Amino acid sequence: MTTPADPSAAPAGRRAWLRDHSELGVCGMLLALGVLVLTDALTMDVDLTQRGPVGPRTVPLVVGAGLLVVAAALAVDVLRGGRGHAEGGEDVDLSEPADWRTVLLLTGVFLGAAVLIEPAGFPVAGALLFWGAAFALGSRRLDRDPLIAAVLSFVTYAVFDKLLGVPLPGGPLMGAL
Amino acid sequence: MDALHSLLDGFGTALSPLNLLWAAVGVLLGTAIGVLPGIGPAMAVALLLPVTYGLDPVAAFIMFAGIYYGAMFGGSTTSILLNTPGESAAVVAALEGNPMAKAGRGAQALAAAAAGHFAGGLIGTVLLVALAPTVADLAVDIGAPDYFALMVLAFIAVTSVLGSSRVRGLASLLIGLTIGLVGLDQMTGQQRLTFGSLQLADGVDVVIVAVGLFAIGEALWVAAHLRRGAAEPIPVGRPWLDRADLRRTWKPWLRGPLIGFPFGAIPAGGAEIPTFLSYVTEKRLSKHKDEWGKGAIEGVAGPESAASASAAGTLVSMLTLGLPTTAVAAVMLAAFQQYGIQPGPLLFEREPELVWGLIASLFVGMVLLLALNLPLAPLWARLLRIPRPYLYAGILFFAAVGAYAVGGEVVDLVILLVIGLLGFGMRRYGLPVLPAVIGVILGPGAEQQLRRALQISDGSVTGLVDTPFAVTVYAVIVVLLAWPLLRRPARRLRGRGRAPREGA
Repeated sequence: MTTPADPSAAPAGRRAWLRDHSELGVCGMLLALGVLVLTDALTMDVDLTQRGPVGPRTVPLVVGAGLLVVAAALAVDVLRGGRGHAEGGEDVDLSEPADWRTVLLLTGVFLGAAVLIEPAGFPVAGALLFWGAAFALGSRRLDRDPLIAAVLSFVTYAVFDKLLGVPLPGGPLMGAL
Repeated sequence: MDALHSLLDGFGTALSPLNLLWAAVGVLLGTAIGVLPGIGPAMAVALLLPVTYGLDPVAAFIMFAGIYYGAMFGGSTTSILLNTPGESAAVVAALEGNPMAKAGRGAQALAAAAAGHFAGGLIGTVLLVALAPTVADLAVDIGAPDYFALMVLAFIAVTSVLGSSRVRGLASLLIGLTIGLVGLDQMTGQQRLTFGSLQLADGVDVVIVAVGLFAIGEALWVAAHLRRGAAEPIPVGRPWLDRADLRRTWKPWLRGPLIGFPFGAIPAGGAEIPTFLSYVTEKRLSKHKDEWGKGAIEGVAGPESAASASAAGTLVSMLTLGLPTTAVAAVMLAAFQQYGIQPGPLLFEREPELVWGLIASLFVGMVLLLALNLPLAPLWARLLRIPRPYLYAGILFFAAVGAYAVGGEVVDLVILLVIGLLGFGMRRYGLPVLPAVIGVILGPGAEQQLRRALQISDGSVTGLVDTPFAVTVYAVIVVLLAWPLLRRPARRLRGRGRAPREGA
């Protein structure tokens, strides 16, 4: 790499380099995961449970070591200029930068529904999940969205809970009906 | 003859009114899902895994098989009318199908695709009936070392045949294996990667991993890059073919399965390679070479037939060896595990009603598909206009239902979201999702077979290679691994005269 003459350009250059090489974060994650798996395997107390020549420790050791090797190999690949190709799709437009706001909103809506599902019941939490997600994705039809959400959620509840015998919490609303 | 007899029994199962209903539900759902942009058959089956908690296995698999074939059918509609294929298998359909639709021959393209799927599926399923019992018989006394070899083959195949980067495939596989390690060791009860948590001691349910990676990961990924102003589908009438079209398409329909079926049965990436090979073959054999690229009907008929036949081939290795060669097969394998059924050579002996009912329902499903899809095509095309916020909100909704239905626990929803975010990151950095799913599904089984094999041989590694079957499988693995090395000198020989370049 060449050193820029202007000192103020250096941090910007480094930031651009980091952005270009953000895939190194994946290597970091793989490395951390490998260390985690190895630590867990090595701190395992296997004296009592060992049966046969291969105990519960061997495979985690292999997987953990494999993670470290792959992390290193991926880092080499990235530093040499290799890049993972972001996945395309029918509705995916990769020419625009990622819309983090929508992703965060969806994550929040999903967590909110997870919190609500037990106290409020599935029909309510599910309807809020659908409406909230549709809202986050840009739908603003206040006349239509809540209605679709409510019908979808209630029908799903009925099909799973009553028809298929997969219990879902009804919540106070179903208790009242 | 034995197979024919069993197949007749299978028709008895598949034609019962209730199972017929499930087959119809399956093909309708499958077609709708295949047509809907953004949902592939793997995600569809993953989202429907929770029905395994309420349905009996025969009904569930009849429905899943309908979804698999139906989604193939529907996927080509999207390619032809929208030119943005979502499933890799449908890419080729867009090459000639979309120009045909633009030239006002969309109806013929749809008909050629639909009939191609019917022909391919039919021939493929007949081959399945003929071959599967034989393969199962040959494999019936394979033991732990052989199973382990097969699973290693699956791991190697998904990481090195699919995708563009082996390192990234391997990283994905190891992530999956790690998730599969979480929980109590099945042989000794030792806690692994549970960090003392009771919730994690049961392991991470395969349903949650599949739904998280396929559905949540995909929905979040699309949400981050949602195309403003979706492409407009080309309007289309009722599909039909005239005599001139038929004369050009019947041979490609029959040739497609010959290419598709073998490729489906081996772990080589499902329908992607055979559809392309069929396209190239038809182009070479065509008498209308000037039409290629502008809408040659053979280029739709052949590849679509190959695609459906490859789905049947996939079922051969999935049912007889327990070896999933595509994402859909992997998720169906997860469904088998939900029922505690082990697909493999013994499946035909232990669960004849299930297997033959499933195979018979494939025939039923194909007839249903042909009968429904030709008249309904304009209606299916309307599905392409669904507002995208509803589509992806619906995916999140059903993913949540599925994960919650696993055990009725809120913590599963949180795990689902975490795995979904992992799937998002994997899509961002080009890590393929399939190796991770295969790792979770097959990892624990592979470890057990490995340890069992080594227990029998008392720790000696030779115990892993002491059967001809295992040796054969390892030989295949070596060829797979050495393939790029073998290919390079060959290419260099061909490219003599050009400056030699050392590849990394």
